[in-house]
Amino acid sequence: MTADTRSTSRLRHDPLVRGLGWASALLGVPQVVDPAGFARALGVGDGSRQRLTTAAVGVRELAAAAGLLWRPRPAWLWGRVGGDLMDLAALARALRNHDGRGLGRTVAATAAVTVITATDVYAAVTRTRRSAPMELTATTTVAGRPDEVYDLWTDLERLPDFMAHLEDVRVTGPRTTHWRASAPFGRTVEWDAEVTRDVPGRLIAWRSADGADVDNSGEVRLAPAPGDRGTELQVTLRYDLPGGALGKTAARYFGEEPHQQLDDDLRRFKQIVETGEIVRSEGAPGGKRARGEFPQHPARPLTEGELKEALT
Amino acid sequence: MKANCWTGRNTVEVLDVPEPSILNSRDAIVRITSTAICGSDLHLLDGYVPTMEKGDVMGHEFMGEVVEVGSGIDADKLRVGDRVVVPFPIACGACGACRAELYSCCENTNPNAGLSEKFFGHPTAGIYGYSHLTGGFAGGQAEYARVVLADVNALKIGSDLDDEQVLFLSDILPTGYMGAEMCDIQEGDVVAVWGAGPVGQFAMDSARVLGAEKVIAIDKETYRLDMATAEGYTAVDYEDVDVRSALLELTGGRGPDKCIDAVGMEATHGASHVQLYDRAKQAARSETDRPHALRQAILSCRSGGVVSVIGVYGGLIDKFPAGAWMNRSLTLRTGQCHVQKYMKPLLGLIEQGKIDPTRVITHRLPLSEAPTGYELFKNKADNCEKVVLRP
Ligand SMILES: NC(=O)c1ccc[n+]([C@@H]2O[C@H](COP(=O)([O-])OP(=O)(O)OC[C@H]3O[C@@H](n4cnc5c(N)ncnc54)[C@H](O)[C@@H]3O)[C@@H](O)[C@H]2O)c1
Ligand SMILES: [Zn+2]
Ligand SMILES: [Zn+2]
Repeated sequence: MTADTRSTSRLRHDPLVRGLGWASALLGVPQVVDPAGFARALGVGDGSRQRLTTAAVGVRELAAAAGLLWRPRPAWLWGRVGGDLMDLAALARALRNHDGRGLGRTVAATAAVTVITATDVYAAVTRTRRSAPMELTATTTVAGRPDEVYDLWTDLERLPDFMAHLEDVRVTGPRTTHWRASAPFGRTVEWDAEVTRDVPGRLIAWRSADGADVDNSGEVRLAPAPGDRGTELQVTLRYDLPGGALGKTAARYFGEEPHQQLDDDLRRFKQIVETGEIVRSEGAPGGKRARGEFPQHPARPLTEGELKEALT
Repeated sequence: MKANCWTGRNTVEVLDVPEPSILNSRDAIVRITSTAICGSDLHLLDGYVPTMEKGDVMGHEFMGEVVEVGSGIDADKLRVGDRVVVPFPIACGACGACRAELYSCCENTNPNAGLSEKFFGHPTAGIYGYSHLTGGFAGGQAEYARVVLADVNALKIGSDLDDEQVLFLSDILPTGYMGAEMCDIQEGDVVAVWGAGPVGQFAMDSARVLGAEKVIAIDKETYRLDMATAEGYTAVDYEDVDVRSALLELTGGRGPDKCIDAVGMEATHGASHVQLYDRAKQAARSETDRPHALRQAILSCRSGGVVSVIGVYGGLIDKFPAGAWMNRSLTLRTGQCHVQKYMKPLLGLIEQGKIDPTRVITHRLPLSEAPTGYELFKNKADNCEKVVLRP
């Protein structure tokens, strides 16, 4: 998966992730080499159980260090969070059964682990969300020459006619546009985009400008279909979902059935090119708003109210 | 208005529903003068086609008078007052499939193409009154219907032929004809047709028109076989005899050159254990279709022959005789009918008197008695072959 390697390489240069990796290594080595000494330093006693626990924790830390420094993945960060919780539980048990000697050191260790836990949770949450790029592709063949199909597609203000989640696209400059799309729960996301490549009749590519709610880019490639069957159209959309509530809602939204949605968008584009409009049935009268949900409206003529709802 | 609606497995009811309105600019509204019940409607009635919903208006064979046209229709193509027959598959005329005259595979007319693609691998065209898998279009067993992309679909009838002579151009006559045409009939060919329902009868008539030497009808309903013998075809009753042996006997041991399956997914079988096996699997939904006629056609056909399938299948079948099909160089040809391709030439044959479509009509009922029509047709009661409804 291309998405995976990309997030791996980004995490490898992430100072927080590397810092946590080295911290794991620094803690793990003494725990494994001298578990009794380490346990005494924590003020939890150096009985055989404490020594065994300390050594086991050390092995876990070394594994996390290796993972985070070599092949960083959000899973390792979440692994650290899990380990932190185990440590906190063990320290809590130690505090409860404490004989008083070195109590101050145990309390300090507990405070330190609490801070580390918070840092790990922060790193895991933010790095997980940052590493969720998504790429969708879909393809179709439509009647017409590539230059004709290119003209229809690059009339960007018409994209919302057939792309289900787009509400509005406005041309704001020779290479720039403003996009507005619907997200679940009545939210909207907006962004400015600029055309990054434009080869008439063959290719158009765009990407969102800095500060977009959802970083995204896309491209459409056109090629003549063999046997004089019109134009092959290949669409690629990429979304880089940032942290925060918006990213989450967007992710859930796209998680619905993103490929199906893009396929349906292209089908509607084809309908517009080849028949002039989106074909409506009584069962799915809403045109692009009909999301293929079942049960549908029954296949019988619409009442006046239903008609108004479907056509506006 | 009144419309015949599917209200659950095994029930249809005539209900009051709103009158249709224009939803797309190339729509037309037709006041229906005649409509018919088809074998395909029985598959819906019996619940073998998924994605039916309570209240769906049934019917895909209808004709009538245009009473309203959308703003996108040129007056020289279609106008209010025109008398039209409506083909059951909705075609756009512009996509790759339509340009190849594969109208029932139109790529643009099924709003539920995504669903249809999951069932069939690729989407198929919209069809009136034929489940949501084919788009969820209201059907024509009603007083009025909306005709989609009417300028490229509706066939205008200029001559004074009456409804009963042209109504079946909407489906069963082209379907039977396509079944015979796919057989690529050569001089001397013997053509066997499984199913002597209306579709089978028209397949037989078409095979004769296309030059078949001998036509054999296979069914178990005596009155349907009698209709075939009255036309000069040879009858085989699959409840009385072993079909394959009977066919060998009738063809000097060669087997029929061409075989047409005009039965489809609800075939019954003379041997009760085989029938039980498929009936049980179908009830358990581990097999959706009962393919007795298809199996028999493949096993009976002479080597190198053609098996032409116009009976409707919806999903999966068991025990498909792939060995017979492959080792004996058989050609399997299929399809929902590409009605638009055949309407005009067949109208010509009707006008010349070469085919008389009215011969299959046994019952004429008012629309309000549609449920009775379904009962008669389904149960082969009262020698019922084809029911025409008048709104
Ligand atoms: N391809 C198309 O476009 C298209 C169009 C219309 C109808 N159809 C299909 O054609 C088929 C026939 O339609 P119809 O209106 O004539 O229906 P019908 O139900 O009146 O006819 C079917 C006939 O097949 C007979 N039969 C059942 N099992 C048999 C068997 N094992 N061997 C021989 N005959 C058997 C029945 O007794 C009946 O007479 C249906 O499946 C229908 O859905 C296809
Ligand atoms: Zn039919
Ligand atoms: Zn088409």
